[in-house]
Amino acid sequence: MQNIYLTIVLAPLIGAIVAGLFKVSRRVAHSVTITGVAISCLLSFYAFKHLIIDGGATFNETLYTWMVIGDVRFEVGFLVDNLTVIMMSVVSFVSLMVHVYTIGYMHDDPGYQRFFSYISLFTFSMLMLVMSNNFLQLFFGWEAVGLVSYLLIGFWYTRDTAIYANLKAFLVNRVGDFGFLLGIALVLMYFNSLNYAEVFGLAEEQAETVIQIIPGVDWSLMSVMCILLFIGAMGKSAQVPLHVWLPDSMEGPTPISALIHAATMVTAGIFMVARMSPLFELSETALSFILIIGSITALFMGFLGLVQNDIKRVVAYSTLSQLGYMTVALGASAYSAGIFHLFTHAFFKALLFLGAGSVIIAMHHEQDMRNMGGLRKYMPITYITGLIGSLALIGFPGFAGFYSKDAIIMAVGHAERFGSGFAYFALVLGVFITALYSFRMFFLVFHGKERMDHHTQEHLHETPAVVTVPLMLLAIPSILAGAIFVGPMLYQGLFDGAIFVHHEHNPFHADHYHGVVGFTLHGLMGLPFFLAMAGVATAYFLYMVRTDIPAKIQAKFAWLHQILIDKYGFDRFNEWFFAGGARKLGSTFWSVGDVKIIDDGMVNGSARVVAWYASIMRHLQTGYLYHYAFAMIIGLAVLLGVFVLSGTA
Amino acid sequence: MDTTFTFAMADLGVLAPEILLLTMASLILVIDVYLPERMREFTFQLSQSTLIGAALLVFATYPTQSEVVMSGMYVNDAMGAVLKLFISLIVFMSFIYARSYLRARDLYKGEFFVLGLFATLGMFVMVSAHNLLMVYLGLELLSLSLYAMVAMHRDSANATEAAMKYFVLGALASGMLLYGMSILYGLTNSLDLSEILTAMQADSEQKMVMVFALVFIVIGLAFKLGAVPFHMWIPDVYQGAPTPVTLFISSAPKLAAFAIVMRLLVDGMAPLQDSWSGMLIILSVLSMIIGNVVAIAQTNLKRMLAYSTISHVGFLLLGVLTGTQSGYAASMFYTIVYTLMSMGGFAVILLLSRAGFEAEELDDLKGLYDRNSWYAAIMAILMLSMAGVPPMLGFWAKWAVLNQIVSAGLLWLAIVAVVFSVVGAFYYLRVLKLMYFDKPEDNTPIEAPLDMRLALSANGLAILALGLLPTPLMTLCFSVMGLS
Repeated sequence: MQNIYLTIVLAPLIGAIVAGLFKVSRRVAHSVTITGVAISCLLSFYAFKHLIIDGGATFNETLYTWMVIGDVRFEVGFLVDNLTVIMMSVVSFVSLMVHVYTIGYMHDDPGYQRFFSYISLFTFSMLMLVMSNNFLQLFFGWEAVGLVSYLLIGFWYTRDTAIYANLKAFLVNRVGDFGFLLGIALVLMYFNSLNYAEVFGLAEEQAETVIQIIPGVDWSLMSVMCILLFIGAMGKSAQVPLHVWLPDSMEGPTPISALIHAATMVTAGIFMVARMSPLFELSETALSFILIIGSITALFMGFLGLVQNDIKRVVAYSTLSQLGYMTVALGASAYSAGIFHLFTHAFFKALLFLGAGSVIIAMHHEQDMRNMGGLRKYMPITYITGLIGSLALIGFPGFAGFYSKDAIIMAVGHAERFGSGFAYFALVLGVFITALYSFRMFFLVFHGKERMDHHTQEHLHETPAVVTVPLMLLAIPSILAGAIFVGPMLYQGLFDGAIFVHHEHNPFHADHYHGVVGFTLHGLMGLPFFLAMAGVATAYFLYMVRTDIPAKIQAKFAWLHQILIDKYGFDRFNEWFFAGGARKLGSTFWSVGDVKIIDDGMVNGSARVVAWYASIMRHLQTGYLYHYAFAMIIGLAVLLGVFVLSGTA
Repeated sequence: MDTTFTFAMADLGVLAPEILLLTMASLILVIDVYLPERMREFTFQLSQSTLIGAALLVFATYPTQSEVVMSGMYVNDAMGAVLKLFISLIVFMSFIYARSYLRARDLYKGEFFVLGLFATLGMFVMVSAHNLLMVYLGLELLSLSLYAMVAMHRDSANATEAAMKYFVLGALASGMLLYGMSILYGLTNSLDLSEILTAMQADSEQKMVMVFALVFIVIGLAFKLGAVPFHMWIPDVYQGAPTPVTLFISSAPKLAAFAIVMRLLVDGMAPLQDSWSGMLIILSVLSMIIGNVVAIAQTNLKRMLAYSTISHVGFLLLGVLTGTQSGYAASMFYTIVYTLMSMGGFAVILLLSRAGFEAEELDDLKGLYDRNSWYAAIMAILMLSMAGVPPMLGFWAKWAVLNQIVSAGLLWLAIVAVVFSVVGAFYYLRVLKLMYFDKPEDNTPIEAPLDMRLALSANGLAILALGLLPTPLMTLCFSVMGLS
């Protein structure tokens, strides 16, 4: 299996190198990268079959020792268990779909080869991240996906907004990564190892350890460590208040919005916390923290989706909100439900993004929903797949999102942790909001009056097969993935051994489960279902029947609308406090520290001293023989003085 | 002196390299007189064969363990043999480098090679000396040959002045060395190094007088090495002497000087290690400071390399002053590396010079890359190596000695050494800047005979290749010091 796992990782890397470093034609670029990712995808499915269907053994081996410092080993190795293999399959499958889709979407772009190289590189990095068996390689993957994300957000590097957005993403992620790195440092400090198995094995022993960061204040080691690690996850998985980069990342081309900023990379934080569950389970404080952050994100980011007019931004806020759901699941110790939602979300969110991309192509890169409408009859495939994606997102019974979202809400309802009451409220209300903004978008785009200009309308037609085939292929798991996996993932212990939950924390007990049908029927009677339906109905009423009402509400609650348009002022605050403050601090340091002290004082100063000294010493070299002899005699006298006289004492 | 000399024929076998050098040098001296001008090449070939022969004989008599022969006059050990092999190699290379320069200046006479061979003999004697008299004999044989070589260009006022200074200061240093030796003889009643060692270990009462003698001996050694403040001759002599002679002086004799440091201080006066370590620390720090700083102010390339030599001497003393076998090994490694680099550096000056033109100003290196990118690359390798940039060999040399002084607990000294090698990096990198980023002032094509071009290329590439694979040479130096 080792060679198979290596191939899974390296095939996309080779594709990326060929497409990126050599001057190849467009055809070669997409053929070679798609082949690489297709190999990864097929082999990942094979590994999926091997582990999950045939019940093969978990693979945990070190392949290469990078360096050894003291008794700490820095290694490259793979840990492939049921959790990993699910992530591998999702990543490589969505990536493959996006690769194919890109042929259509980027058809006229001059950076075609570069784009393929980047997304293949991303696939490699993401696989390294999920397959790692140690913190160091995890961090490598973490940073590598961040790098590719940065490169892709700024893919159209001549646009000022794109450059602004990628810098912002970079800086915000730096904040998260700083916490993450500190967390890893704590792990290394107390466990003296970076290997997952070793660290998790020792975790129980450190459960009671307290540390003093501020003298006199005792903190639980596990809480500090887990919160620091989670800060990393907050950056990558865009949780409040480190979420600000994600909406702006929509400046990148749509395929990567689907792949990186919806389906895979942003879920790295969720995956990481689930992987670290043996550590997180030891800290009630950290889990509460996660629970609260997640519920704030889930609810408040959903609200923002209501006022956006850019089709991609609506989906982006929906992603933020759904990431909040996953995070809440983690905080409620329902790691498996978090991963389950990650799994289903990857399909339907990629589907929605690619569907939005398909609309954007047809609309000639127009993204404002106010200029769309009635696209149903021009783009039937996009319409149907869009409907499937939306139903999955709002959690319509039978669709994938229903099972995972319901499981999360149920788990939070059962949880008895500080903050779980608020979280439950946020999630349930969130269901209504989700349905409202999803179907607002759906109706504005596909139904109603055709509001586009005449020229665009004449050219409207369904997008080519390279676009629609991925949509159809993604629609299948968006419907089925939930019903198939709800039993195994939540109740039948698919993640046993990969995810650790304290028995009393576990919200899913096998004896509560009565099959998919039972679960579905139970959902039909639940509050979330009715809220979702209410959301759809409200959207229908506001955007199909009485289209004048939204404007009136907006006028009446102008202050509220303004807050939402301002995105609660996070951006304004960051711009003023952090960016402005940093610039001010920087220019102070520059003018005082750099120019005066370092440049004038240390650099030029030491150069002046050296030059001055050299010119003096140069004059001592007079050329006169007796001066030279004199220097020797002085040397003699000094040596005699120092050593002979001091020797007698 | 109550030692009776016994003479065993078998001992002569051990001395075969020296005997060959002496015989051939005398023979070449005679032959050369009768050779017509056009057959001068023969002298060169004969000299080179002599060096190869001497090296082969050194190899043939390579000792399995240290042996003292000729009634304690002469020691044949692994360190000596390795140093002699490197001396032969470096003199051999120097002769190749010297040839076209000398020919272009009407200096292509037998005397350069004959004097060179006698100097080599002197170095061999120094390396194997086991008696104060032998040390002095070898030293004087080397020095007298060098004085004459510096003055070889009789019409040049600079060369004559340099020779004069070198001679007078050299005589002063020799006088001091001899004075120290005579006190030592007075104290221990012997000239034999092992007997001196035994006498010192037995008698600790007279430490003060012994240190008094030690000071004079250390000064004699410091002068030969060129450590501050006994370095003043170096810039003037390096600049004044014809470049091939400068190349010769700056390379192989440092190996011999290292050898007599080992013979006198370690083999003969180990009990005074406290004292001589202290003296070497002073010399080493001063050398690193003055060498590196003053080099920055130089505009003359030969003078710059002269100060660079002084700073390298400061570095090579670092290993010796730890007083440990591994420290000596690190110093030996440093010395060998230094000679290879120094030889290459001066060889580039020779390469750029031609009839009627001495390429000895820094400005003459301007735009070397445009004129000939290959030799610019070779010079860049040499300069980076001298600055101690990995992966060049010079990095490992610095690493080795720094490693030793850190293990010896002299962290502050290591910091001083690192700081001043950073200062020193400035003038090495300036050479790179001149070669690569400035426009050439003169576009005369670079011409040199094939053997010189090959030798220089091999020299530069060896610095790079040995830098990538430093283990064999380093292991060799450690093994001759009895370390595995």
